[in-house]
Formats: sequence, C-alpha cells, structure tokens
Amino acid sequence: MIDSAAPVRKSTVFIISTFFSVLFLSFLLFIHPELQMKHFEGAIAKEKELVEKLQLTDLCLFTEASYTRNLSLADLHTPFQDFPTALEHFPSGSITIPSPLVLDRIK
Amino acid sequence: MRWLERQRCFMDFTLSSLGRRKRKNFALIAVYVLIVFMLCSVIFFTNALRRQAETLLDDAPEMIVQRMMAGRQELIPIDYGDKIKSIRGVRSVEPRLWGYYFHPANRTNYTLLASSEAAYGDQSIEVGQGVLRTWQADSEGKLYFRAYDGEALALKVSKAFDAATDLVSSDLIVMTEPTFRRLTGMPDGFATDLSVQIRNERECAIIAEKIASTLPGARPILRQEIIRTYSSLFGWRSGYMIVLLSGAILAFFIFAWDKATGLSAAEKTEIGILKGIGWDSSDILVMKFWEGTIISLTAFLLGVIGAYLHVFLASAPLFEHALKGWSILYPSFQLQPEVNLYQLAVLLFLTVVPYTLVTIVPIWRVSVMDPDVVMRQG
Repeated sequence: MIDSAAPVRKSTVFIISTFFSVLFLSFLLFIHPELQMKHFEGAIAKEKELVEKLQLTDLCLFTEASYTRNLSLADLHTPFQDFPTALEHFPSGSITIPSPLVLDRIK
Repeated sequence: MRWLERQRCFMDFTLSSLGRRKRKNFALIAVYVLIVFMLCSVIFFTNALRRQAETLLDDAPEMIVQRMMAGRQELIPIDYGDKIKSIRGVRSVEPRLWGYYFHPANRTNYTLLASSEAAYGDQSIEVGQGVLRTWQADSEGKLYFRAYDGEALALKVSKAFDAATDLVSSDLIVMTEPTFRRLTGMPDGFATDLSVQIRNERECAIIAEKIASTLPGARPILRQEIIRTYSSLFGWRSGYMIVLLSGAILAFFIFAWDKATGLSAAEKTEIGILKGIGWDSSDILVMKFWEGTIISLTAFLLGVIGAYLHVFLASAPLFEHALKGWSILYPSFQLQPEVNLYQLAVLLFLTVVPYTLVTIVPIWRVSVMDPDVVMRQG
C-alpha cells in the first residue's frame, strides 16, 4: 500500500527534472530547427538572390575598415592584413585569421 | 531492481548531502553553468554563422579579378575584360563598381555599389536597413552625400532591402553607374574589379593562372577562396575562438583541480562518520560519483539550454559588442538554428566526465584511510 503522505524522494525529483531538461533540450536541438526551417529558408533565399544579383563577395559583419568589411578581397601586402590579429581594430582584427592563401603558404 | 533501488538510495543521500551545503554548491553549479554556457554559445554561434556564410556565398561570383599596383589594389581597366573573355572556358566578364563612403557626422562606413539592374533613376538609391538606422533621411526621404569634388549630392531612397537580408545588405547603398561615378570620381573605362563567370567550375584554377600570366598585376580570387575565408574565419583556430575557448577551458581546469586537490573539513568528517557507521570505501566512491554526476549533468543541461536560447532565440546579444568593435553599423540578423551533435558530444565528454572523475580521486584517497584518522583530520 502506498502512503500518500510520504514525502517525495529527492532522487525522484532529480530524475524527473533531469528527464524534462533532456526533453526540452531535445526539442530545442531536433524539433525547433525544423519548425524554424520555413522562415529561414525564405530569408536565405532572399539573401542568396541578392548575393547573386549584386555579385556580393562578403558578409556585412565588420564595417569599420575596408579589409574587415571585404575580408575575402583584402590585399595581402599591407602590414596587419597578412596577419590581422593586430589590435588596431580590436576586436575584429583579432577575430579574423590570415586568409587561406597565406595559411597555405606557411604550410 | 535491487541494484537500481540501491543507486536511488545513494542519490537520495547525495542530494541531501548537497542540500546541507546549499550556498557552496549553488555557487559551484553557477560557475559550472557559466563555463558550459560560454563554451556552448561560442560553438553554436560560430558554427551557425560559418554555415550561413557558406550557404550565402555559394552564389558569389565564380572569380573576381583585381588589379594590383605597388602592393595596393588599383582600379582595373574595363578592357581587361575583353582579354579575359578571350581565354577559353570564360563565359562572361562583368565590371563591378563599388567602394566605400565614410560619413563624417555619424562616423560610419557604408558600401557604395553600382548595379546595372537598378530600375530606378540616377537620383535614387536602394539602401540596406543599417543605412536607414544610422543615417537619418530628410522629410523627403533623401540622403545627402558629399561627392569626391566636394559638391553636395542629394539622393532619394526609393527602396530599402528586406530586413531579412541584413547580413549581406545592411551597409549597402546601391545606385546607378553614372551616379556612382559622379559621387566617387571613378573615371570612365575603369572599374573596381571584374567578375568572371566560368563555364566549368573545375577549370577555375587553370583560368586564374592564365589570367595572372596574361594580365600584368592581375590578382584572381576564386569563389572557393572566398568561401574558405569565411569557413576559416570562425573556425576553432581563429583568434577570438582561441581566446574564449582557452580562457574557459583553463577556468574549468582550475576549478576542477581545486576540487580534486582539496576536501573541506566537513567533507572529511562526513566520510569518517560514514566509514565509522559501516559504509564501505566503494559505497563512498559511488556516493561521490553520484555527486559529481548530479552537479556536472545539471550544469551541462542548463548551460547548453541557456546557450541555445541565447544564440538562436535572442540573437547572441552578449557577442554583439565583441563583434561590433569599432563599427557603428552592425547588421541585425538571426541565425538559423543548427547544432553539430558531434561537437556537443565532445563538450559533454570534456565537461561532465573530467569533473566526475576528479571528484572521485581525493575521496578515494580519504576513503581508504582509517575512520578515526579521517575524523581527527577533519
């Protein structure tokens, strides 16, 4: 016979809360991306269309300097552009790494 | 079933024991959650951004040809295009006219771009949402520019790019070619660079070599290189990632090491009493295993859930300031949720397993000692 007045075991509380946390995380990792898919597909299609139409080469992430705005087109000869880990435009200067061309040359 | 019930009893005891040191354990879990949250946010953010960049730039021009002179990029004569077109395998060549415009009043850089497909007149422009946010148009919707010769130029904003395209269009000001030349002073017959379309993408590298050898000072940049630039930009080796990851991992190890090397007097006394009332060393190890698992699993779950909500639902506000840097104009964008399960598994292995193990080591040292000695030490 189950004693209804008995306090809930701590392990039961922990197991149930962990189970719901795992369930919520699984929803976020596997179901939420699917639910958002339609919205993002539309947005990405618009962006791709613009990239193709205007022949864009870079993302508009760092607008403070020409070589951070157009990372892929920055020339390789100016100091700091070979290795843009300098602090002159912190933090984007430290976020970026040398272009693949430079890295290949080092290898 | 008996084994399972036994483990649940250990869990009950461990949770009660953790509850007796509420403040300390709450602080411990808070630090742990913060470390997992930071690591996971960086992983989610960089992966999603890299993936988005790869998807978007897949439609970038197959090849861009720049002209270099004395180590700097110079304007390229448009007739270079005819020479490039004569190379077998080249489908078409189009000049690209673009540049930057610095607005001294709001200290913002904008990207000017001439488009042959512009359907509006020479007095109108199409702008990104970031331009509208940072540059206040007058009551007629006009933006005032200062041309290269100092002359004022008022251009009407006829259209704004969709907010959904902010990641690629935020700072763009698109205009017709005559307006671009009038504003920037770029002479006729010259362009910023040339965009080259190629019939067979596998021939890109050979065509690039031919262009470089045919045209003095030409620098071809392939689409693959553009995509690779962005793929490596947010790779784990990039400066920012290294700084964040190494900081967080070091913090985690200091925290775990501290836990591994010292037991508090209360913990030692507790172990002594448990041994005194008949607990086995193996029982104490199991109990401590559950303690490590409960703390690390809770911190991991809360940290990962928090990171997901931060990056994909709140658009990573904590990283915005870091990415913004000196720039006034920053795009407003949402990242498509995408999680690399392999990286998540690695993170789980790097955070939960070591912590659980390091909590067992000092306990094992104490649990094999005589209960009387342990209690006296405590």
